Amino acid sequence: MYTAEMLELIKVVEQTREKRMSETFPRINVEEKNKLLRGFHPDYMDGAMRPVQLGPNKGDALPHEHVDILESRSWVDPADVDLEKIDFDVDVLVIGGGGAGTSAAIMAAEGGADVLMATKLRHGDANTMMAEGGIQAADKENDSPPIHYLDVMGGGGFLNIPELVSALVSDAPICIEWLENFGAMFSKFPDGTMNTIHGGGTSRRRMHFAHDYTGAEIMRTLRDEARNRGVKVLEFAPAVELLKDDQGQVAGAILYNMETEKYYIVRAKAVIMATGGSGRLHINESPTTNHYGATADGIIMSYRAGAKLAFLNATQFHPTGVAFPEQVVGQLVTEKVRGLGAQLVNIEGEQFFYPLETRDAVSSAIIRECRERGKGLTVPSGSGVWLDSPMIDIIHGKGTVQEELPAMFRMFDNFGIKMDETPIIIYPTLHYQNGGVLINDKAETEIEGLYIAGECAGGVHGRNRLMGNSLLDILVFGRRAGMNAAEKIKNVKVGKLNLEHAAEYNQELDKLGLNERVSPILIPDYRYKISG
Amino acid sequence: MPEEKMVNIYIMNKQYEVPAGVTIMKAMEFAGYQFVRGCGCRGGFCGACGTVYRKPGDFRLRSGLACQLQAEEGMYLAQIPFYPANRSTYDLQELTPELSTILTHYPEVTRCLGCNQCTKICPQGLDVMDYIAAAQRGDVEKAAHMSFDCIMCGLCVSRCPAEIVHYNVGILCRRLYGRHIIPKAEHLAKRVEEIKSGKFDGELNDLMGKSQEELTKIYDDRDMEQ
Repeated sequence: MYTAEMLELIKVVEQTREKRMSETFPRINVEEKNKLLRGFHPDYMDGAMRPVQLGPNKGDALPHEHVDILESRSWVDPADVDLEKIDFDVDVLVIGGGGAGTSAAIMAAEGGADVLMATKLRHGDANTMMAEGGIQAADKENDSPPIHYLDVMGGGGFLNIPELVSALVSDAPICIEWLENFGAMFSKFPDGTMNTIHGGGTSRRRMHFAHDYTGAEIMRTLRDEARNRGVKVLEFAPAVELLKDDQGQVAGAILYNMETEKYYIVRAKAVIMATGGSGRLHINESPTTNHYGATADGIIMSYRAGAKLAFLNATQFHPTGVAFPEQVVGQLVTEKVRGLGAQLVNIEGEQFFYPLETRDAVSSAIIRECRERGKGLTVPSGSGVWLDSPMIDIIHGKGTVQEELPAMFRMFDNFGIKMDETPIIIYPTLHYQNGGVLINDKAETEIEGLYIAGECAGGVHGRNRLMGNSLLDILVFGRRAGMNAAEKIKNVKVGKLNLEHAAEYNQELDKLGLNERVSPILIPDYRYKISG
Repeated sequence: MPEEKMVNIYIMNKQYEVPAGVTIMKAMEFAGYQFVRGCGCRGGFCGACGTVYRKPGDFRLRSGLACQLQAEEGMYLAQIPFYPANRSTYDLQELTPELSTILTHYPEVTRCLGCNQCTKICPQGLDVMDYIAAAQRGDVEKAAHMSFDCIMCGLCVSRCPAEIVHYNVGILCRRLYGRHIIPKAEHLAKRVEEIKSGKFDGELNDLMGKSQEELTKIYDDRDMEQ
């Protein structure tokens, strides 16, 4: 419920609405964007990062929260672990039960592999489930994978790895068709044509969606399909360390049953790491849109095994996190709200930025509006600006907000705010890990036997991912990891298991005097405070 | 956060003082819980944190999601993080979107007593009983649309005297509708064929070979669909 003061300020937004609705705020060019980012994006703020002191990326400056995880000891004392007693002996171990892991498991099983999926929480507990706005694919007449390619590269600052982007855009329609065959309920016209809209940084309307439950619809459909196909799943059993064999290839993992506190040894001919992102590390002390389990587990396990990281110094802040009410601060307000026409408005009722620029730019512009220009609103958590959501019903007809954004409407309505009648207050929130473990277009790392898919991987999105390309990424590289691993294991013989890489990593930490912390942290600790 | 005002809540019969108005999830953490089960997306999408509660002097059983529900004085609550459910296995491609399919996989839908407890407890506010009624009639399309916002938390299942697993009926109907009722997208099938035939390979290879400067210029000059 808004305060009396906020209700007064809403009148200002209403007064300028009619005039604003006929205005298109000008886009910015690449040079202007770079200047804006350097001035206001959290990635460029002094003191946000420090160099990591060991491992394949030694010397690279990364966010403190990531470095803390990387400069941590293994969960297990390698000397104490009996690797002779194998609990699960499989072809492919998939670590992570979100969209990437489930896609990988389905395709590895289809390729004939005996698959085990181990996941930290429930199958489907993942950022995938929370992705609201949509998924990109260039499948309309006026669009093409090359046009999509250019949008992706521009979004990422032209630093994305070309072969990964090519894979992303080329597989996109194939993935949408895959989901269509699984019965995923995309929003369609009666003749079957996909309903598609714009997202930030898209030059064509290629955002496919399922109301604002797009990720949830994809996740539950994939999970249902995996269950129908009998994929074995261990829930509440996260991996805490990778295993290698005497050839140096990744050959399994140690799982930890979070309920019984028992460890399991898994031997596998290939491992697919699909543990997702890291929002729960609260980089830059930011609230986050992310799932409870987003704690960068796969990053540290892969890093100890020798895999190189890319773009982990690029963190995505989603422009529109909830800034009010306080109870849900930091939660996601989908970009689809802007895709449907809502403008960003300051305290004086002025539009101050093109609403569908790339996320890094829009977030920076909002921070600038509040910090430098002093035209933000004051809320209990700090600052915010208006997102003029009532414009949507004015543009598309009454009832559109409730029909197209049921989850958003429900969330605000729960706190007495009708977003189809009054604007909402937003501020950038920690949303996505743009980088991760470096992969190639087969989802392979430089470490034999280790595949990475989804948010845990790096290189696809450069320094900034576009909306609708993460649901796409998890499918494209999840499927590729699954297919390639299934092929690979036909010629793999696993030797004697060992934990030498973890032991060496621990020794290196000892030498550096960094032996206090342990990682992966698995779950955040919010006890005795109000957080998260 | 209005931390000056505190309220007492009872988590599984133990009293804790927590800030008024915070979500039950944050209140439980404030009280000292670190969740393993009963916490997922923390944003109302995943169904991990179904919660039932009563208020003082009121016989009614109420429900909500711990991540959305706000703490109030005297709330007496428990989470239901898991509830056993029957699930049928099927090959979607082989099914037909009709009544016999639903009755083959979930014959128990016909046992519905019309008590409406499923609808009453649904934290999403769905008309659960009505979508089960649609499924009973073989109206797959209606059941698919009506159940679309289901987050599969399982609270309906915990209350059903007919032992129906509503959310599994719902996803069967949605997948039947998505695969077998709404037409396939022709433009999508066409594009997939074009990609497999290599139609865009040349153009993509050309772009992949371009320098950052060249790409920047093409990007700034690209035309935008309105």
